[in-house]
Amino acid sequence: MNKELASRLLLKMMLIRRFEENVQYYFTLGMIHGTCHLCIGEEATAAGTCLALEKDDDMFATHRGHGAAIAKGIDIRRMMAEIFGRSTGVCKGLGGSMHIADKDVGVLGANGIVGPSMALACGAAMAHKMRGEKRVAAAFFGDGATNEGIFHESMNLASIWKLPVLFICTNNTYGMSTHISKVMADTEIEHRAIPFKMKACTIDGNDAELVYETVRAARAEILEDPQPILIVENTYRISGHSKSDGNLYRTKEEISAWKEKDPIRTFAGRMEAQGILTKAETDALWAEADEKIRAAVDFATQSPYPKVEDLYDSVYAE
Amino acid sequence: MAVQNEITYAQAVRDAMREEMARDPDVFLMGEDIGVYRGAFGVTQEMYREFPGRVIDTPIAEAGFVGVAIGAAVEGMRPIVEIMFSDFISVCFDMLLNQAPKMHFMFGGKVQVPLVVRAAAGCGTGAAAQHSQSLEAMLCHIPGLKVVAPSTPYDAKGLLKSSIRDNNPVIFLEEKTLYRTKGLVPDHDYTIPLGQADIKRTGSDCTLVTYGRMVPTCLSAANTLLKEGISCEVVDLRTLLPMDKPAIFESVKKTKRLLIVHEAVKTGGLGGEISASVAESDAFYYLDAPIRRLAAWDTPVPFSAVLEKGVLPDEEKVCAAVRELMG
Repeated sequence: MNKELASRLLLKMMLIRRFEENVQYYFTLGMIHGTCHLCIGEEATAAGTCLALEKDDDMFATHRGHGAAIAKGIDIRRMMAEIFGRSTGVCKGLGGSMHIADKDVGVLGANGIVGPSMALACGAAMAHKMRGEKRVAAAFFGDGATNEGIFHESMNLASIWKLPVLFICTNNTYGMSTHISKVMADTEIEHRAIPFKMKACTIDGNDAELVYETVRAARAEILEDPQPILIVENTYRISGHSKSDGNLYRTKEEISAWKEKDPIRTFAGRMEAQGILTKAETDALWAEADEKIRAAVDFATQSPYPKVEDLYDSVYAE
Repeated sequence: MAVQNEITYAQAVRDAMREEMARDPDVFLMGEDIGVYRGAFGVTQEMYREFPGRVIDTPIAEAGFVGVAIGAAVEGMRPIVEIMFSDFISVCFDMLLNQAPKMHFMFGGKVQVPLVVRAAAGCGTGAAAQHSQSLEAMLCHIPGLKVVAPSTPYDAKGLLKSSIRDNNPVIFLEEKTLYRTKGLVPDHDYTIPLGQADIKRTGSDCTLVTYGRMVPTCLSAANTLLKEGISCEVVDLRTLLPMDKPAIFESVKKTKRLLIVHEAVKTGGLGGEISASVAESDAFYYLDAPIRRLAAWDTPVPFSAVLEKGVLPDEEKVCAAVRELMG
């Protein structure tokens, strides 16, 4: 791990954390409407995975997609404006939290439906393969999505057509409130690759360095030899499912135990222990993240709202 | 003088795909048994030989391969997907409801989904309740989609070419009982713009608004009625979403009577939308009789040939409805 990469990983995770905390805050104040699915605690899966991708690679996210979009390189100010429902938002205020997208940086959309990201990523990978482009597509999905039919259809299609696609399962062990042990006979999600003769691995998704190295290696492998790979990134959602979550399905002890494995603090601590970053440098990264998110909130709150009169112009492409 | 060839509706669909695949390397075809089997209705024939690697047989996994097509379209390809029977849209409906039609809109215009989903629709083949439905009204209820339902080989070819070149998801409904019908098609490249109705027959006493397989039915009825001194105008909508409502209003103002005919069930069918649109427009003031809808019964499509015929509009029922309107 070199200093430059360590700084990038850490800054991305800090930006995601501060972004989510601010969204939560302004949501509570009533300045953001709708709903939001925050990814606090899962920052290493987003940052490690997306920094291992290139700008040209395609990434399809889940409903809990803020972190992946930020890590893939979306403009944070315009993303914040989107969540505030402003015309300057990345989706002009038409999409909101659950549909954050910017094709220019390979963010092909968060998705309000559980599962389809996988099939869509297969399609993007098919396009890359047909055109002989050296690009990959990555699909994020949660443990819950692996019980959907589309998971199995997409795994099969990617496998038989040898599509250069990375299936990234962020396994936070809960589909909303339902623990995987209640809905899977075999909770080793990696095993679900076996019938498709697909390579798969399971890693500590809270270890940003490990996530980065694993995805980087997988990306290189599927570019060389087109095929899908399933990577299960075990992690934990510290934040609730959404604004309606009363945390009735898990204990404070469980949440506290996972807070001890906070991906940002553990990574920063390790980098300091290894002498790669100093405490002053990690503090400076926090300050940078704070400043960028503050600027994003300022940009968003000062931006105009979109006009309803223009809406019909947005339904169909020219 | 342009050369015209008499070809079937199925060949018109095939020729449109072949010509578009020849002119644009981004166009490719996916579906179940469209390769060596030649398609369940024989539409694709030898295309798999003509375009190696671009006519792709899929597993029986409609949600999966329609999703793949959407992803490829987002990346600039122009996939054409064949859904063997339009009824199977049920098993990939998320893709056609929540994904393809919404992406351009909810991603702020940066993403386009140039996708064509071809599906064999309609009844009249004795295939019963799960292989005979006319689901267009359900699809027309989804902003972001375009829905096309051609009635002749000429229209099928020109509209399919436009659909393939369109930058939006288009559901292209092919009436399975029309596949073997023939018509004249010019041998030069032509397109028909989406969203334009066609007056298949001009008349002065009553407007018949219809589409798909009911177009030939209405034309036959118009012939019969003319012998009784009743002159019918037959408006073929061709594209159902967006719908050419001005063409309907104009015809109604001329004939002062309106009969809407479709093969889909009546309740929640497009007849209701057309009727309400006329009632909301200034064409309403021109009406000399109440608007009338002739549609299939509100039942699943029955199997027995006698029953299937019984629930469907046919020439006789169209004639009877027009006679009633003429009072």
